[in-house]
Amino acid sequence: MIELDNLAYSYGGGELLSDISLRLTPGSFHFLTGPSGAGKTTFLKLCYGALIPTAGQAVLFGQDVREMTRDDVATIRRRIGVVHQDCQFLDHLTVAENIALPLMVSGHDVEAEQQNLGELIAWCGLTHRAGALPPELSGGERQRAALARAVIMSPEVILADEPTGNVDWEMSQRLLALLVELNRMGKTVMIATHDLGLIRAAKSRVQARVLRIAKRRLQLAGADL
Amino acid sequence: MNKRLSPRALAAISPLALLKGEPQADRVVPPTGFTARLTLFAAAAMTFLAVFALALSLATGRMAANWSQELARSSTLRISAPADQIAAQTEAALQVLATTRGVARARALTAEEQQGLLEPWFGPDLPVDSLPIPQLVEIVEDGEGYDAAGLRLRLQAEVPGAVLDDHARWRRPLVRAAERIRALGLLSLLLIGGVMAAMITLAANSALAANAQVIAVLRLVGARDEFIARAFVRRFTFRAFWGAALGMALGLAALLALPQAQAEGGFLTGLGLRGWHWIWPFVLPPVAAAVSFAATRAAARRMLGNLA
Ligand SMILES: Nc1ncnc2c1ncn2[C@@H]1O[C@H](COP(=O)(O)OP(=O)(O)OP(=O)(O)O)[C@@H](O)[C@H]1O
Ligand SMILES: [Mg+2]
Repeated sequence: MIELDNLAYSYGGGELLSDISLRLTPGSFHFLTGPSGAGKTTFLKLCYGALIPTAGQAVLFGQDVREMTRDDVATIRRRIGVVHQDCQFLDHLTVAENIALPLMVSGHDVEAEQQNLGELIAWCGLTHRAGALPPELSGGERQRAALARAVIMSPEVILADEPTGNVDWEMSQRLLALLVELNRMGKTVMIATHDLGLIRAAKSRVQARVLRIAKRRLQLAGADL
Repeated sequence: MNKRLSPRALAAISPLALLKGEPQADRVVPPTGFTARLTLFAAAAMTFLAVFALALSLATGRMAANWSQELARSSTLRISAPADQIAAQTEAALQVLATTRGVARARALTAEEQQGLLEPWFGPDLPVDSLPIPQLVEIVEDGEGYDAAGLRLRLQAEVPGAVLDDHARWRRPLVRAAERIRALGLLSLLLIGGVMAAMITLAANSALAANAQVIAVLRLVGARDEFIARAFVRRFTFRAFWGAALGMALGLAALLALPQAQAEGGFLTGLGLRGWHWIWPFVLPPVAAAVSFAATRAAARRMLGNLA
């Protein structure tokens, strides 16, 4: 579904990422780790077509990103749910409306999906905050709302960038549990994090591979975490 | 055979569907008071002006048509001669006219008619009979008209006291002026439309720039450019339509408040609309909406096209 082949990326200076090859298989569960500024967010952006590799190839659902139009990229984003590091909501819409936004922009009848929406919001524990505006949410609530928005279209792949960035341990465990459950439902999951504790906690619940960005390369980390 | 269209299909093809908007999808763009007011104001003011440019064009067009029609259909022969020769010369002139191609009818005015023409200037008590007033002969042309120069030559030979006044001397510049004014009115309409498009483009650009963050989020969750552009375009089209409707209503009210045209139809008092011409102002709001639609769409496309 997502295939990267000898990919490199540079924001204009030297190369940030080089020689990266990866093939995400359906149903897999990956962690992506590395020091701050290593390029985790950049890597995920390459995976959902927000950035175009400066060298090599990125193929998303059989399409080379270089040949995709803006509309193709928009369509791909309906199949790849993304939890952004900084969440990115529309602050004038309620939490429920923000979560339903992918449905609305892709022309689904939001009214007809009210029940699904309600269930998803309950599943993320946001029922009592559904009518609030995003700026009124706590950090953990924002991240759960971002996760709910990422999965509302029932995407095949979920890319989560620091989904536990600013939440306490207990909340990060709940978010992890949500992602593990999605993986059990057959979704491909990739979580970027530098929280090694989270990775260790996950290992007991799911068969996860750990990728590490170091010295511009993507490496498969061993069991030595 | 006469299967009814579903309400949904009807809604989709109706131009009003765009004006009603889709409240749900429209909400993705936060309401911006400033650009909303600017668009409303621009559309209202421009339509108000457009109503007058329109009325001016229609009125002068009407006037030019009337003048050239009425005046081309009648010209006058003035016969000045000593009192004892007038009758004979008039007879001779009528003979000449009867055999002139292009003249449909010719008729000597009666003394009462001549007095009626002079009355506004000299009052009703003027003793026309005792004054050496020239005899007037009214000439009505047929569709093709006559050759004025040829007629003059024949009259010179046979009716020395006759002067042909074919009104052309003063009619032509007036008709030309009226036509020029109408052209200026139409040009004003175009300029008004252009200025409105420019103002709405500026307002739309400012709204798009102010909502860069919203656009980025919409892109992230999979919105196509078309969806994003539509959300903006619908709003601006909607506002321009209602602004224009307001401007039109005010413009029409102002036109109605003008003093009614007199029978002789002076220029200033004839500025109002007549008959089916009243339809034209109602065309303005849809046109304003269309202009706004095109301007906002172009602005949105340009802006979205420039995004990475
Ligand atoms: N738009 C940009 N233009 C130029 N440089 C950028 C841009 N975005 C990121 N960078 C740089 O690229 C590098 C990698 O950034 P990135 O956000 O991918 O790191 P990260 O691994 O996600 O870090 P963190 O763990 O702090 O989120 C950083 O040095 C950053 O400053
Ligand atoms: Mg990052």
